Amino acid sequence: MPFGLYVHWPFCESKCPYCDFNSHVAERIDPERWIAAYRKEIERVANLTRDQVLSTIFFGGGTPSLMRPDVVAAVIDAARAAWRSSNTLEITMEANPGSVEVGRFHGYRDAGVNRVSLGIQSLDDQHLRLLGRKHTRSDALRAIEVAQSVFTRVNLDLMYGRQHQTVQDWRNELSFALGLGAGHMSLYQLTIEDGTVFGRRHAAGQLHGLPDEDLSVDFFHATLELCDAAGLPAYEVSNHATHDEQCRHNLIYWRAGMYAAIGPGAHGRLGSGADRRATEAIRDPAAWLTAVENRGTGDLAITPISAAEQATEALLMGLRLTAGIPLTELRALGIDTETWPSRRRLTESGHLTESAETLRTTLQGRLLLNAVLSELTSDLKVAQT
Amino acid sequence: MTQLDLIRNFSIVAHIDHGKSTLADRLIQSTGTVADRDMKAQLLDSMDIERERGITIKANTVRIDYLAKDGKTYVLNLIDTPGHVDFAYEVSRSMRAVEGSLLVVDASQGVEAQTLANVYHALDAGHEIVPVLNKIDLPAAEPERVKENIEDVIGLDASNAVMISAKTGLGIPDVLEAIVTRLPAPKGDRNAPLKAMLVDSWYDAYLGVVVMIRVMDGVVRKGDRIKMIQTGAAYGIDRLAVLRPQMVDWHELGPGEIGVFTASIKQVRDTRVGDTITHEKKPCAAPLPGFKPAQPVVFCGLFPVDAADFEDLRDAIEKLALNDASFSSEMETSAALGFGFRCGFLGLLHLEVIRDRLEREYDLDLITTAPSVVYHVHMRDGTMRELHNPADMPDLTHVDHIEEPRIKATIMVPDEYLGDILKLCQDRRGIQSNLTYAGNRAMVEYDLPLNEVVFDFYDRLKSVTKGYASFDYSITGYREDYLVKMSILVNDEPVDALSMMVHRDRAEARGRSMVEKLKDLIPRHMFKIPIQAAIGSRVIARETLSAMRKDVTAKCYGGDATRKRKLLDKQKAGKKKMRQFGKVEIPQEAFINALKMDG
Repeated sequence: MPFGLYVHWPFCESKCPYCDFNSHVAERIDPERWIAAYRKEIERVANLTRDQVLSTIFFGGGTPSLMRPDVVAAVIDAARAAWRSSNTLEITMEANPGSVEVGRFHGYRDAGVNRVSLGIQSLDDQHLRLLGRKHTRSDALRAIEVAQSVFTRVNLDLMYGRQHQTVQDWRNELSFALGLGAGHMSLYQLTIEDGTVFGRRHAAGQLHGLPDEDLSVDFFHATLELCDAAGLPAYEVSNHATHDEQCRHNLIYWRAGMYAAIGPGAHGRLGSGADRRATEAIRDPAAWLTAVENRGTGDLAITPISAAEQATEALLMGLRLTAGIPLTELRALGIDTETWPSRRRLTESGHLTESAETLRTTLQGRLLLNAVLSELTSDLKVAQT
Repeated sequence: MTQLDLIRNFSIVAHIDHGKSTLADRLIQSTGTVADRDMKAQLLDSMDIERERGITIKANTVRIDYLAKDGKTYVLNLIDTPGHVDFAYEVSRSMRAVEGSLLVVDASQGVEAQTLANVYHALDAGHEIVPVLNKIDLPAAEPERVKENIEDVIGLDASNAVMISAKTGLGIPDVLEAIVTRLPAPKGDRNAPLKAMLVDSWYDAYLGVVVMIRVMDGVVRKGDRIKMIQTGAAYGIDRLAVLRPQMVDWHELGPGEIGVFTASIKQVRDTRVGDTITHEKKPCAAPLPGFKPAQPVVFCGLFPVDAADFEDLRDAIEKLALNDASFSSEMETSAALGFGFRCGFLGLLHLEVIRDRLEREYDLDLITTAPSVVYHVHMRDGTMRELHNPADMPDLTHVDHIEEPRIKATIMVPDEYLGDILKLCQDRRGIQSNLTYAGNRAMVEYDLPLNEVVFDFYDRLKSVTKGYASFDYSITGYREDYLVKMSILVNDEPVDALSMMVHRDRAEARGRSMVEKLKDLIPRHMFKIPIQAAIGSRVIARETLSAMRKDVTAKCYGGDATRKRKLLDKQKAGKKKMRQFGKVEIPQEAFINALKMDG
């Protein structure tokens, strides 16, 4: 099972109105302090995961493309020194398509980054403004072009189901985006989260033109259809790629694998079986820095995860994948895959596929995944492993 | 022991919100019975539910020492009685223990229906009544008009009514003087054998059963061996006390005095309210007349949301029954809801109070089924069956006819709302029997089926009259009508807990309202769900709850696993509040809310 490292960079130039991630707008950042802190954290978590072979590194945020390339290089070097690493180490960075960021792409590549995930969100200037994005359509197109020339693997992040967007608008936009030739597409329906500007506006009834449930279904089907036709089938609810281009780091999450996580607010999963633990870092960047410097750890808590909790996590992550979860893995987690009435019921109702090898949702089931999970976990029987 | 002429025993008759509890608080406070620092509002209402709803459910008593203007110290015993119609029985028996009443009327509102009913209880008990006009400090107060109103409606001389503001304390000394000078002293013979009335009894977790008595003749002391004449049981008195309103140990109680005792009595059911208590060795010649026990008139099923809580519910019901002999229960099994209890109540408020207490004091989550009255089902073979539960409705081929209980409802309302009241009563199959006016207030009497009243009649009455109407009722008897059992089917499965008896003419409207409500109350599922109301096999109303189409989180990565897992665990806990009917989950609120009617 591959092992990955997640590095959280918590800063953004400005906060987007739909975003509920742990991101902050800082006045001044001291790169040297951050390098030292990341190094210290890498050493600490490496001591907890000594025998692991590092397969992936993922810089997420925030806006990691605001990191100076030497900070990125320092983190990657420290990780390579701390763990044995795989020959095909995948190093992904989330990047904004702004001109400043694009100027650093060569530096990131030289630091070791080999995959970039571009937060395009939309190719329509008016929509970009509505989404609070600083870049324009032409910035985005330029960024894609540079990224494709610098990195071997490029992902485009786009959002649909935006205010007043029609399915035809989206088909046009997505077709164009697919024509740009990226090997991976992350296509998310805009979700209104509590605690965001959109959340507050929505609660106040001021966010108009969002799609209803039926229209959302139409968006979803249009997305699948166009991506399939472009040779990028969905391998996860919102992610589309050819087999080789799938994000190996994110697959660790969805396969309930092991990942160390450093940086403010980062969540990790270490160990397996009775040793499985969740790590959670302090969210506030300044507090995290101080804690790492003074206490030698940025983690707020390391919590054991029970067999039942591991089973639930394996289901809620794994059923997002088109490929589903091998039953052998579920059994290894102590799940009784046979005495499971909801599984039979959901198979009969066409939400799960009939299979002796995997537990897998049908398309209909994936559209209703929250309900499917709620059913499946209601009568889940898990033995202590 | 206190001289008879220095004792005054009284109760307070008032409509909800007319200031009964506030007046009681002021009387207690101004006589120094309770230190100021121990004062809290509605002192005599000890249950949380009483304080929250501003109502009195259980009668409570306080003994007050009052130094009157004549220089003598009097003992005043106040029995605070419930105001709500459901507890009328409790009122009438409490009144038998005292000689007088204060009739408290809001100086801007006038006499209300429940006041009227309670004044009649007081008059029946032979009380002297002192009218008290409260809230005279309010700008809207019209004391002269309200005095006339009292004279017109009750026929009581209100010319020397005491004018007070319980809130500010204005006139409180006048009330105390009026109690002493205008209410009669009790009568009794200290040297006769002991004769005391069992006024009330309740269960106290520390003391066991506490019995409240009013001594008529003779003297009772701690340690005495006493006998209850009706039950024949004998006990030794462990503790004798008066209430101030906390228990204060007392040496002896003589004629006219009110107090409590404990005597190793196991449960409230072992005591009979109205029973006569006398000495075992030297009994009194003739017992007091006693009371008829209260009969439950409204029934419903109470089921634990989590079937595993059944034993806890059983324990809780047993404990509550220790304290409330008017509430009945027997085990019931429902195809949909599993094991529970069919419970009988004095009325809807009583039902709500018991359910609230079970949920709060015993931390239970309950499903309440449709309240039902007791129908008389007359069979073709000439026998009659009492039907407490629509699920027990016999096969119609054997049924000759069905009778339902009717009530006489008295409603008092400002005349501008009269039209709404008449419409409401008409809609509920009412027959007007009387309509009179006193000033601009109308008093209307209706003959109504009780089953039209048990659902939400009182709520509707309050809402159509902005709270200005008051309502009281008494059961008058049984009458035949065209009654049918209406079933509710969810996804083609009958939900027995929602079936109900309705008048045939009202079935379509009721059925339509039920299925429409259920459509909103049942969350959407992964499949579409037909919801139907039916009489026998005939569907009379139908709605379809459409299937959920999309419910999936767009983004879920490493940082989301914990949060999503906790969300699922929370949903799992929430599912316990749902009931499974075939493939459909129905939330417990649906059972209660589906029964509420609009209009």
